[in-house]
Amino acid sequence: MDAIFLQILNGLDKGGAYALIALGLTLVFGTLGVVNFAHGAIFMMGAFCAVTLEKILTLSVRVKDESVTFFDAYKETPYLEVWFGDTGSAIINWSVPLSILLAIPVMLLIGIVMERSLIRYFYKRPHADQILVTFGLAIVMQELIKAFFGANPIPQGAPDIVAGSAAIGAVFGLGESVVYPWWRLIYLAFSLMTIGLVFSFLHFTTYGMVVRAGMADRETVELLGINIERRFTIVFGMAAVVAGLAGVMYTPVLPPDYHLGMDFLVLSFVVVVVGGMGSLPGAVLAGFLLGILQSFSSMTEVKDIFPGIDQVIIYLVAVVILLTRPRGLMGRRGVMES
Amino acid sequence: MTNTKIVSPKQDILYMVILSAVVLTMPIWLQPFGAAYPDLMQKFMIFGIFAIGYNILFGLTGYLSFGHAAFLGVGSYTAVWSFKLLSMNVIPALIFGTVLSGLFALAIGFVSLRRSGIYFSILTLAFAQMSYNLAYSVLTPITNGETGLQLTQGDARILDRAAGIQADASLPTPNLFGIEGIGYSGFYICAALMLISFFIYLRIFRSPFGLKLRAIKSNQSRMGYTGYNTRPYLMTAFVISGMYAGLAGSLLAVTDPLAGAERMQWTASGEIVLITILGGVGTLIGPLLGAGIIKYFENILSAFNDTVLVNAFSFLPDWLANGVASVLGLFVGDGWHLTLGLVFMLIVIFLPGGIMEGINRLWRLVSNRSSSSAEDKEKEQPSTKEA
Repeated sequence: MDAIFLQILNGLDKGGAYALIALGLTLVFGTLGVVNFAHGAIFMMGAFCAVTLEKILTLSVRVKDESVTFFDAYKETPYLEVWFGDTGSAIINWSVPLSILLAIPVMLLIGIVMERSLIRYFYKRPHADQILVTFGLAIVMQELIKAFFGANPIPQGAPDIVAGSAAIGAVFGLGESVVYPWWRLIYLAFSLMTIGLVFSFLHFTTYGMVVRAGMADRETVELLGINIERRFTIVFGMAAVVAGLAGVMYTPVLPPDYHLGMDFLVLSFVVVVVGGMGSLPGAVLAGFLLGILQSFSSMTEVKDIFPGIDQVIIYLVAVVILLTRPRGLMGRRGVMES
Repeated sequence: MTNTKIVSPKQDILYMVILSAVVLTMPIWLQPFGAAYPDLMQKFMIFGIFAIGYNILFGLTGYLSFGHAAFLGVGSYTAVWSFKLLSMNVIPALIFGTVLSGLFALAIGFVSLRRSGIYFSILTLAFAQMSYNLAYSVLTPITNGETGLQLTQGDARILDRAAGIQADASLPTPNLFGIEGIGYSGFYICAALMLISFFIYLRIFRSPFGLKLRAIKSNQSRMGYTGYNTRPYLMTAFVISGMYAGLAGSLLAVTDPLAGAERMQWTASGEIVLITILGGVGTLIGPLLGAGIIKYFENILSAFNDTVLVNAFSFLPDWLANGVASVLGLFVGDGWHLTLGLVFMLIVIFLPGGIMEGINRLWRLVSNRSSSSAEDKEKEQPSTKEA
């Protein structure tokens, strides 16, 4: 029972990341009709926003280490600590949550620049061309990151206050021994919140309503004198922000490296296809569903029965779904159905 | 472009002769480019086979497969197992590698070809990733996991032992009745197979079957209205291209008897897409060109490092030389993928037909300028039709 409970949490957690990336992919596909293979790279860029901020915050000066008395020893002390003392250390400690503030404008900018300078020329081209050009872009982005940050994963710490594990067992009546890392709980809450925000933006604001109208019938909205293209550009930027934030928050869970994006891209495409191309609720549902399935299949009990199932479960589900229900779980009839 | 013209069989033979001459003299004319060493030329041939096989599927039918590396991997593993169990002779290795990849393609194609467009891409990608993940985990007894499958002294090699060939102290190398699979002889084995594959591909290209494949690309539903069931054609194309990939994979094992799972990773599938697009999708010779160019620059650019660059720019003032070298350093050495990504993007944006389209455009430009006779117009017509 405990194990099952923990696996569900694990799955929701992983599913949160899948859902956020898939949500962005679907937004872009639904509005612009573009299949964006660079979306994983955007997720990775988000993660490296966190790395960058941490690097900036910990810019260090060499000072003499007073604790060593036998010889002259030096240690690196971040400027922030020199200037602000404990407050400085606290800021450094909170670098990951703080990077959200950095990531929002940066990712918005990256998204908008990408859309204006490249993607918009590909609206009318076939999907294969869109896949190929964004695939090239993804390679370029990840190689740039590799050139500047190196090829090794760069671990990022969560703030000390949430670095431990939460005794959630007591809350759910499963006993004290059931614990779960705080940060993963925060990630889950964060992803749910972000998904909620995106949905309420689309459903409860006029801007979002127009965007949805544009998704349904672009031409009519344009005839009404609305500059739908600009709104779609903003939506592209928003999708980039969502993926970027997912990346920022994921850094304490998984140390980012340059091919993080590619690893997640393949999975999130599978998620999108399972959920149904162009269906936002489908993307979210499929993200969580596949996350949970994946974490259950990695339980030893399951692996004993089906060896290797944890490695292939997601793809297996995708194959079954595509063959039995090509428009995915919640896809609309007629959207990319063939 | 050649494919819309009626080409007489005689011209095709001429084509083959010229190609063979060019390929077989590669060790000579590649000398000035610094690419005339066997390892690299073997790669040209092997990836050439892979690319023309991929072009049969993607170029002719327009089905974008993102999982072709799986067949390459299966071919490699099969070939190494054939070396281990049967004989160091390359013939059984190549046959088994090709046939098994073909069967594998039959299974994957049977499922994947039920869908088209992006769904087909995702399905093939899913199957390739499954194979890759399984090769790393559960199938370790067959694939030897991360270490990769290697030859050992104690391998069975039933046929070799039966024929009285004993391995001496060193590991045996794959051979074709005594001709070794490495070095220049290895290159000629690869080249011969490449030429044979190319000939078959040429025949497919010109055949009614090839025409039907191209009809599927231009409009599959209309093809259906005329009474054709397109599935068997697609299936055949898929299996043939899987077999080509398997052949390429087994040749990789022939030239270097080692098989690793990373050959099946989706980045490897991506590479073959890059090669085909770069060369020119759906053209005869484009994929070969693409394979040559990508492998050449992979070799040349990744060999560069900062010291070489600084030396190259030593005629500039010091500070400038270092600056230039560090900027260029991004694009060479480890960072050559950056160059590849950029070039690839530029090709997709400006030259969707790849290098072949570029050559055609240049050719048209030159021939328009030099004369305006009726002969030229005739030449021009088919190419505009193609575009």
